[in-house]
Amino acid sequence: MAAKQGIKSRIRPISLALPLVAFIAITFLMPLGNMLKESVYDAEVADALPNTMRLLNDWNGVELPTEEVFRTIAEEIVVLQENRTIGKIGIRVNRVVSGTRSVWGKTARRVKDVETDNMITTMVEIDDRWSELDLWQGIKTAGQRYSAKNYLHAIDLTRADDGSIVSVDEQRRVYNTLYVRTLYVATVVTLLCLVIGYPIAYAIAHTPPTLSKILLLCVLVPFWTSLLARATSWIVLLQSQGVINDFLVWLRIIPDEGRLSLIYNMTGTLIAMTQNLLPFVVLPTYAVLSSIPPTYMRAAASLGANPVQAFVRVYWPQSLPGVASGCLLVFILSIGFFITPAIVGGTDGQLISNMIAYHIDTNNWGLAAAISVIVLVSVLILYVVFDRWVGVDKLKLN
Amino acid sequence: MERALWNIGKGVLTLFVVLGFIFLVAPLIVVIPLSFNAEPYFTFTEGMLRLDSEAYSLRWYRNIFESEEWLRAIQNSFFIGIFATIIATILGTLAALGLNDPRLPFRKLVGALIISPIVTPIIVVAVGVYFFYTDIGLGQTYLGIILAHAMIGAPYVVITVSATLANFDYTLLRAAASLGANPWTAFRRVQLPIISRGVITGALFAFINSFDEVVIVLFMAGLKQRTIPREMWSGIREEISPTILAVATLLILFVILVLITVELLKSIGEKHKLSAN
Repeated sequence: MAAKQGIKSRIRPISLALPLVAFIAITFLMPLGNMLKESVYDAEVADALPNTMRLLNDWNGVELPTEEVFRTIAEEIVVLQENRTIGKIGIRVNRVVSGTRSVWGKTARRVKDVETDNMITTMVEIDDRWSELDLWQGIKTAGQRYSAKNYLHAIDLTRADDGSIVSVDEQRRVYNTLYVRTLYVATVVTLLCLVIGYPIAYAIAHTPPTLSKILLLCVLVPFWTSLLARATSWIVLLQSQGVINDFLVWLRIIPDEGRLSLIYNMTGTLIAMTQNLLPFVVLPTYAVLSSIPPTYMRAAASLGANPVQAFVRVYWPQSLPGVASGCLLVFILSIGFFITPAIVGGTDGQLISNMIAYHIDTNNWGLAAAISVIVLVSVLILYVVFDRWVGVDKLKLN
Repeated sequence: MERALWNIGKGVLTLFVVLGFIFLVAPLIVVIPLSFNAEPYFTFTEGMLRLDSEAYSLRWYRNIFESEEWLRAIQNSFFIGIFATIIATILGTLAALGLNDPRLPFRKLVGALIISPIVTPIIVVAVGVYFFYTDIGLGQTYLGIILAHAMIGAPYVVITVSATLANFDYTLLRAAASLGANPWTAFRRVQLPIISRGVITGALFAFINSFDEVVIVLFMAGLKQRTIPREMWSGIREEISPTILAVATLLILFVILVLITVELLKSIGEKHKLSAN
């Protein structure tokens, strides 16, 4: 009886929460799941050469494929030529075995009307690379629907011809540098936000209510102002003909020809990101600081502590939960920051998220998805660590 | 001697705090006068510094309201923002009511799921949404952008409504029931007026969030769906003109207006509480 009532009483809260849970499942979780699939799944070659792929699955890889395989691929190449999709397949296979892109067009043009008993000889005559095992191995690899190639690419690794995993050439390494740079920027921005934000939170928490409200507004307005409006402002302030440089020249602190380059580089990214993210440290820290009773500090003083000792031993430890959640938020948000570095970062101030956007623009979805998954997983790990350490439910917005 | 040292320390700290506030606010303040620049420059002209009235003009504001792209962007921003806010507010308020009921199973998990869209890096959300919505035919549509913005707006509504529900006295609902009100009437006449402040605040946050969002729009919007931040993005990266400064100024003033509304709502709510006691 009691259990039945228990179930009945749960219907109300469940039916209230369910619509949003379902909505988020469809509009958020399914896209993330789809992204995960996109990062490991690529059916383009498999769908274009279905019969060839089936035959190649039984191929031993040691000797040249049989006449049947040659015939099948020739038929499929003719179809691809008619659909005008042969070029795409060439690009895909070329990503696996470089230097084979021209094989496809050439073969497609000449194999069309051939009547022959020996397709092997015919195709090798058209292009002798058909007699190389590497090309066939490459077709087989490119035809796998599921593969980790995007992830390898995303961490600057590649498969060597013999199938082993090796680093790519030094000049072609991009991603690992960007991960390191992103972590570096996230760390520096977090520290700057802490150093600048803590005193601000302290000031808001310990001034009379009217002033405190105005000061809080000074944090909330930038917090809610469009990132693009703020990025525009930083261009106005920091560019070489900008307000700060003009002011410094006018004060004769720097000569006119020695204007500082404060933007379109790493400096610009660090300055603008710190300002963008500062409220995320100030707000939770302020929430905690305003709940610390002032009597504690007075008690510490009456027990003979000087202000520094009282701060370090009494005040700071109590403010830690707010500080920690603020810093975590800043760190995590920095990792995925995109707009600000794209606008004020120039080339050396770009982060990993800018690379994701680049691959979206150039239609390399699989790679964009793989990098996104790497970013997402890193962020999830950070949350888990934080939850163990402080508790995620301590995160507050206002 | 020691006292003097402490005072110097205090002075340095105060100066540091003041500089911190300047760092936060200066970028916003600087664009406002510059948006009235009569010249197409991004810096103060001598005329402006002399407060010469000829050095100021409204030409960049006129530019906005004479440009088809900007007008369409303004229209799009409000259209997308309003519909996303309606969806987010209804779903978010209901979910907050469910979430604050201790009888809800897996409360912690459900709470984490509902908050997850705003703690996931926006670039990752945008990539996922872009692939998925393109696959199901919602790429470059208003509906796709509205759904995505509702998804990242709903958590704000849940958070603000939950905050007002935390102080809600559930005996009031029982009192209403004992006086003969059915659950819907009790909700509408008793609970809704009390949590309405949280609902409105959440709706405003959801709206600003959609209004400012650009990463999802960047991937998802075709030429027709471009919003204000999307136009700013191209404006900044292609041909930067002081029109951008005028738009930025309007956005800043808009945020201030919304925040003052929220603040007023808060103080009305506090008065409510006082008079109720």
